[in-house]
Formats: sequence, structure tokens, C-alpha cells
Amino acid sequence: MKGYLGIDVGSVSTNIVFLDEGGIIRESIYLRTQGRPIATVQKGLGKLKDRLPSNIKVRGAGATGSGRNLAGIVVGADAVKNEITAHAVAASILVPGVQTILEIGGQDSKIIVLRNGVVSDFAMNTVCAAGTGSFLDQQAARLNIAIEKFGEIALQSEAVVRIAGRCAVFAESDMVHKQQMGCSLPDILAGLCEALVRNYLNNVGKGKDILAPVVFQGGVAANAGMVRAFEKALGLSVLVPPYFDVMGAVGAALLAREAVARKGPSSFKGFGVSEACFKTGSFECAGCANLCEVVEIAEDGKVIARWGDRCGKWLNSVHREEKIS
Amino acid sequence: MRATFPHMGNLHISLKAMLQHLGVEVVTPPSCSKKTLNLGVKYGPEFACLPMKLNLGNFLEAYEMGADTVIMAGGCGPCRFGYYAQIEHAILKDIGCNMELIVLEPPSRYIFELTGKIKQITGNKPLWQVIQAICYGYQKARALDEVEIAAFKSRPREMAAGLTDAACRKALKLIDRAISWREIVEARKIAGKTMAGIPVDKDRAVLKVGIVGEIYTLLEPFTNLNLETRLGYLGVEVDRSIYLSEWVNDHLFMGLIKGLRSRKEASIAAHPYLRHFVGGHGQETIGNAINYARAGYDGIIQVFPFTCMPEIVAETILPVVSADFGIPVMTLIVDEHTGEAGVMTRLEAFVDLLARKKEMKEAL
Repeated sequence: MKGYLGIDVGSVSTNIVFLDEGGIIRESIYLRTQGRPIATVQKGLGKLKDRLPSNIKVRGAGATGSGRNLAGIVVGADAVKNEITAHAVAASILVPGVQTILEIGGQDSKIIVLRNGVVSDFAMNTVCAAGTGSFLDQQAARLNIAIEKFGEIALQSEAVVRIAGRCAVFAESDMVHKQQMGCSLPDILAGLCEALVRNYLNNVGKGKDILAPVVFQGGVAANAGMVRAFEKALGLSVLVPPYFDVMGAVGAALLAREAVARKGPSSFKGFGVSEACFKTGSFECAGCANLCEVVEIAEDGKVIARWGDRCGKWLNSVHREEKIS
Repeated sequence: MRATFPHMGNLHISLKAMLQHLGVEVVTPPSCSKKTLNLGVKYGPEFACLPMKLNLGNFLEAYEMGADTVIMAGGCGPCRFGYYAQIEHAILKDIGCNMELIVLEPPSRYIFELTGKIKQITGNKPLWQVIQAICYGYQKARALDEVEIAAFKSRPREMAAGLTDAACRKALKLIDRAISWREIVEARKIAGKTMAGIPVDKDRAVLKVGIVGEIYTLLEPFTNLNLETRLGYLGVEVDRSIYLSEWVNDHLFMGLIKGLRSRKEASIAAHPYLRHFVGGHGQETIGNAINYARAGYDGIIQVFPFTCMPEIVAETILPVVSADFGIPVMTLIVDEHTGEAGVMTRLEAFVDLLARKKEMKEAL
């Protein structure tokens, strides 16, 4: 079987998918990043290899997410693209005609507006983390309920409690107050979902024209309470696609397919990288007053990439070594 | 007197020239860095905007280097910047850094109000020398802006990555070193030649993006994480809505020098959407966005520090401008974060959007 690999390294989860040549998702893996992006990518690749038939041939690999550069270097990706483009590409192929994408992940939330199949506008949360998956995670942990159960419980609500949603810190104290007043857990959770949706629409969705079909994706789309809160606030039906939690990775794989068609054979290093030894480190460059934090990645003892400097001294140093050898 | 001043892009080069011509000893603080930010955040009020914290950090670093007088710009109008000089002075005093403060305020009516303030710095230097010093400073500011404008054009088209940055560094050093009038004129000429000599691919198709927003975060690359350079590397030719020399001409010379872009044009262009001064550069942001749209730019990026009121006003109006003129607009709010991944993600996505849009337009 031939196909394309898509890797999305996010703050909370790392997703890897394998698409066959027809663009059908054959395999998808969802792992927690747990602060170790390289190890997680390696682990995911190892798992994927075991699940796929042995005659597998990777025609192209793409990386996206906040850890895309790291993942791209590690696996030798053909396309390294930002998650906004990746999400838009995936949704427009899996849900033809989509006009609005709501995406809420671990640390960020974004809205993507498409018209005629092309991104026409987007926004991403900037300084506020309220209304992201991490906050829901944290609250579920505080209330001692599994995050997977969150939505189910919220749907049982009969009288939704109003929770302040502008700031995660105040939302939490408001929740505590409501809980001490004696409000029921489902009502509080449903209230939290509505508060997050309000925050999202006011901050991220501000000034955007939200038209149907609306697709909701990212890890938080698993939460049925959030889906219902969105439908209530928008007055539109909200679609959660089957692979909502790995859409970024699907997009990366599709972009890899495009890239390979343009530039030729893939630079994918093979599944062997799951056994290679990668080491990362950083140092502060003392070359000038900028004091840039330079990150260095080594594969089996050989430096394969450096970045983080403003002047390009370190960034270019690796390329130069390559050229000489 | 050992005078220092806050950083704002290349401002230090022209201010230093001006002060040194007047015989003032100058302590240029180190460029804004994480250390500057840490100092500013430690001693500054939490709710103040990023520019104030960096100013404070600059002063503290300069104090360590022996500066004893702070020269700071003031301002009037409903932006907090107007009283930062006084607040910063009070904070410096509280933490035991006793420094003198001289506030240069935009003259409300005559340029002589400004020269009077400058006399305070220089003592009994004759007025003609003060004016000459201002001319020196201004001439350098023009030269610096010309280098930046040339860099904006050549960066997306350069034959090898980094050529523009190298030429830029060379040109800036040249301008910085010039001390006499003749040398400044000469440096300006050589700097222009250096920039023009960068090997570029003239036929390369590039996108054009106009950058609007709050002046400090536009001019100081540390705050916007080198937005303009990054865009250049992504194949985008940028134009900035405010350049130092234009600002000086507008605010300090009261538009004395003709032929430069002025804030008035931007205010007039903003009229259908915003008829009032809303503090800072809020109104100009709208006007400049419209002017960029009319000039055929592909997109607009608005930059401002978190909590900046005038720009928040503009931000809420920009979607209407965007819809009316069919030009994509992206807002970038900057604060203490130094992580570049977030900015890169947004810029890349925005550039992808513009490129796709342009392709579609050309296909039709």
C-alpha cells in the first residue's frame, strides 16, 4: 500500500494519520504530547508501523502544529505548514462546501472562514487562554470527572447556570461559587460550555461572518456539551466530522501529497527514525545584545538543525556544514 | 550630564547624533532584549502596556552603564503614553535610581517650544546650533528610513537569504558613524548604493502587505518579533504606515517638511469610518488601511500592544474596511511573549491566504 503521512504536533496531543493514495484515512493515532514532542512522534511512528501492513510505502510526509518544525526535521517532512492552512485543507476536502471552521485545541482556538473552498479570513486567540481545551481539562480534573465524560454530563443539564467566561481564572471562581450555592454538576458544566462558547465567539469569532455549513473540529469537539452550546449560540447546526481530532494531521498529509506532486520524491527518512536517538538542547548566543535562544537538534550525535537566532548565524551554520560534506 | 533615552527601532542612531552635536554625553542602552523586558516587567505596573515596560528596562540598563538623565518623549491626547515619562521617573526614584528627567513634548503650536526644551538639555548653546543638531538628527532619520524601505523591497526578492540583512547592517553602521553634515550626506548616498547593490530577482512575484498600528510596536522589531523581516523571508514586500522621519516631521516639526506622507492624509481617508481622534494612532490605522487597499496591496496587518485602547477601537472597525475593500486584514497583539512559533503560524497562514486569493484572482 502506498500513501501519505500526516503529523500534527500540538501542545496537548500529537496526531499521526496515514492516508492512502485516494485520500482515504487508513490509520490514525492520537497521543498525548506530554511535553516531549520528539519522543512522542517517534512513539507514534513506531505504533503506526506496527498497525500498517508490511508492504507500506510512504510517498510523502507532512508536519503541522506548533511543533511542526521539530517534527519536520525528525521525520524529514516534505511539507511543513501551519495548522490553520492544514485544518482548512482537511475540512474543505472532507466536508465539501464548508464555510466556517471552529477549531478548539489544547492551547489555542481558531476560526477559519472559507468562501468557495478557499480561506478568506481567520483568527486565532492571542493573549487569552480561556476557552481552550486545557481549561476544560483542568476543570474536569478539579471536579474529579474524566474529560471524556464531560460532555455527556453537561448534556444532562436541565437549568443551565450562568458562568463568567471572560477570564479562565474568574470562570473558575464563579464555578466554585455556584457549586457552593448548591447548583448541580450538569448545570455547572453546561454553564461552563456556554461561557466558553461566548468567550470564543466574542474573542476569536469577533466580526467574522459565521455561515453554514459550520464544522467544529479539534480535540474539544469530542465534548458534546460544547457542540450543543455552539448550536444554541449560533442558531445553526454544527457538524463534527468523523476525524475531528486528527484534522490537522489529515491536512498535513494532503499538503504533503501536493508538495510531492510539485517537487518529486519524498524526503521522508523512513520509519527507522522511531529508533534513532534524538537530542535537543538550547543555549543563549552571546554574539550580540539580542541574546537569542538557539535550539539545537542532534540525531545520533550529529547536529541536524539549529534555529531561534535572529541573524541566521546558527541557522545557516547547519546548512553550510551540509554543503561542505 | 550623561543622557539616555528609550529605544524605538533605529531612533537611537539619530538621537545620538543630535545630542552629541550639542556636546551631550550619550549613554545608548543595550538593544531591547529579554533582560530589558524582565527588568521592565519586574518594576513596571502589570496593567501597563509593553512599550512602557521596555522603556523602563532601557532606563535601568542605561543606569547600570552610568546614565544620570533620561530624555523621554511625552505627548498629549487620550493615550497613556503621555504620562509614561512621569510614571517611569517615579518608579526609577522608588527603586533608588535617581535620574533627572527631561520630557520632550510635541509642540502644541510652535517649533520653538521644542527648541526651548532642548536648550534645557544643552544649557547655553546658541539656538542655531540647536537647530543644526535637529537637522543632523532628522537627516539621519531620513537616511535610516530609506535603508529600511529599500530592505522591505529587496528582502522578498534577494537571490540568497540574508543578503539584505547583511547590507542593512552595513548601511546602518555607516550612517551611525557619520558625524559632520558632509559625512551624513555622503553616508546617506553610500547607504543607498549599498542597498541598491543587493542582487535581486526583479521578476519574482511577491505579495504586498501594509503594516498599520501602534507606533512603538511598529518601529521596535523586538516587540513585534521581527515581523517585517519574517514577512520578507516569506516572500512579502511590506510597507510600514509610520516611519520615524515622518513621525518627527508630523509631530515635532508640525509638518514643516513637505512631500512626506503625513498623518493628515490618513485621517482624511479614515473619515467615512472614524471621524474622531481616538488617541494614539487609532484613526491613522483605519486611514492607512484604506490607503493601502486603494494602492492595490494584497493584505494588511495591524500590530499593537495588548491593552492599547486606540488600536482596539481601530480593530473593531477594520473588519468593515476589510469587507468594503475586499482586502484581508489580520491583527497581531503583542505582549511579553517571546515565543516565535505563534507569530510564525499566523503569518504563514495569512500569507497562504493572500497567495491563494491572488492566484484565484489571476486565474479569472
